Amino acid sequence: MTAISIKGIKEGVLVTVGDGEWSEALPALLAKMRENAEFFRGARLVLQFGGRGVNASELGKLRGELSDLQINLWMVLSESTVTINAAKSFGLETEFPKKEILPVDLPPIPLHEDGTQAILIDRTLRSGKSVNFDGHVVVIGDVNAGAEIIATGNVVVWGRVRGTVQAGVKGDTAAVVCALDLAPTQLRIADAIATSPKRRGKPEPEIALVRDGKIVAERWKA
Amino acid sequence: MGAQVITVTSGKGGVGKTTATANIAAALAQDGAKVVCIDADIGLRNLDVVMGLENRIVYDLVHIVEGSARLRQAMIKDKRLPELYLIPAAQTRDKSAVSPSDMIRICDELRPDFDFVLIDSPAGIERGFRNAIAPANKVVIITNPEVSAVRDADRIIGLVESEQKGPAMLILNRIKPEMIKRGDMLSIDDVLDVLAIDLLGIVPEDEQIVIGSNRGTPVALDEKSRAGQAFRNIAKRLRGENVPFMDLDKQDGFFSRLGKMIRPGG
Repeated sequence: MTAISIKGIKEGVLVTVGDGEWSEALPALLAKMRENAEFFRGARLVLQFGGRGVNASELGKLRGELSDLQINLWMVLSESTVTINAAKSFGLETEFPKKEILPVDLPPIPLHEDGTQAILIDRTLRSGKSVNFDGHVVVIGDVNAGAEIIATGNVVVWGRVRGTVQAGVKGDTAAVVCALDLAPTQLRIADAIATSPKRRGKPEPEIALVRDGKIVAERWKA
Repeated sequence: MGAQVITVTSGKGGVGKTTATANIAAALAQDGAKVVCIDADIGLRNLDVVMGLENRIVYDLVHIVEGSARLRQAMIKDKRLPELYLIPAAQTRDKSAVSPSDMIRICDELRPDFDFVLIDSPAGIERGFRNAIAPANKVVIITNPEVSAVRDADRIIGLVESEQKGPAMLILNRIKPEMIKRGDMLSIDDVLDVLAIDLLGIVPEDEQIVIGSNRGTPVALDEKSRAGQAFRNIAKRLRGENVPFMDLDKQDGFFSRLGKMIRPGG
């Protein structure tokens, strides 16, 4: 039996293939990947083959099977030059990019300001995209119709909001949603729900908040 | 070097993927390019009908994948254009008969012998769609000026971006300038505002399209058809030529003038 171990690393997901015949290792690896296909989907896969020699045709077949599972093989690690050359022939990475070393010691930056965590999304969220975050969400771009943002904190959009936005999802009635052009399909803050009224005139920056249990949108004033 | 593999897709059904594929292919081939079309809509094949090649099918895509036919055997030569070929879909199977890696392999085999490989994608975002975009160098998204079609196009653009297929290009199909003028149809700017991708072409609504599809004669071969002209322009842009977009209003003026001429007592 070939041991297959899975570990999350900073660069992606590391899967180590243990010793044993390739004819056994390949099905064992694929079975493991199939079992966890959902988990691997969209992640960068790093395969560690140790000293095993994997030739180009074996690796090509494996890559094809993985692509059928929608798993993206990104990097192959091995001490074997056969394996490394095979990986290079497919344009795969074979070593982690070297960290850039800063020439001077910078004073340490305090990592934790008081307050909640936030994520910054610097692109447009298209239909079908869902962002779910425990904290604040900041988008530089649009939130198109059919996209959704669900956050326990505030949602700030530097762009148009046409999709669904849910702020303060764990019941924080002080949460706000603001956008340069706020016209969501549906807006929820804590337990309150609202839809956008028909647009009157030119869009302007607005902030939506809960007042007396209802969502109100106000023109945003600096 | 080799062929460019271009996948035509939309998300929503019925917006004109198959018609566009047949017409762009015909226009490219008429311009002298070597073109092969692949119908990736296994189980619901249509491209053969629109190209008028239905009665010539012996082998199909699934036969190639399963090894019961060679690639060349399944390629049907167009009856009008000598440099145009079709690889039809199987009608009696479903999308699971082909995998994304099969499509990549087939396209790699076709690349050296052609200038363009055009893949007609099925509607939806499942296996058939993934098969169709797996080998693509370029993805062309077709949409109509309708909110639901634009919404689906937006979703598809997101999926194409996440597959790292480079920026998709847009064809806006079935435009009716008079409806846009009345404010009853999304304008070209409205659609581009939402989708924010490069425009490859604008195709006006044209009754000739239906007639051409039923007859198996792509309108791109009809010198007089407005939609045919639009598809010829798209083909030129795909070959890297800089062709200005058609002035749809001008046509409107021509029609209204014609209307005035034939109106009795006008």
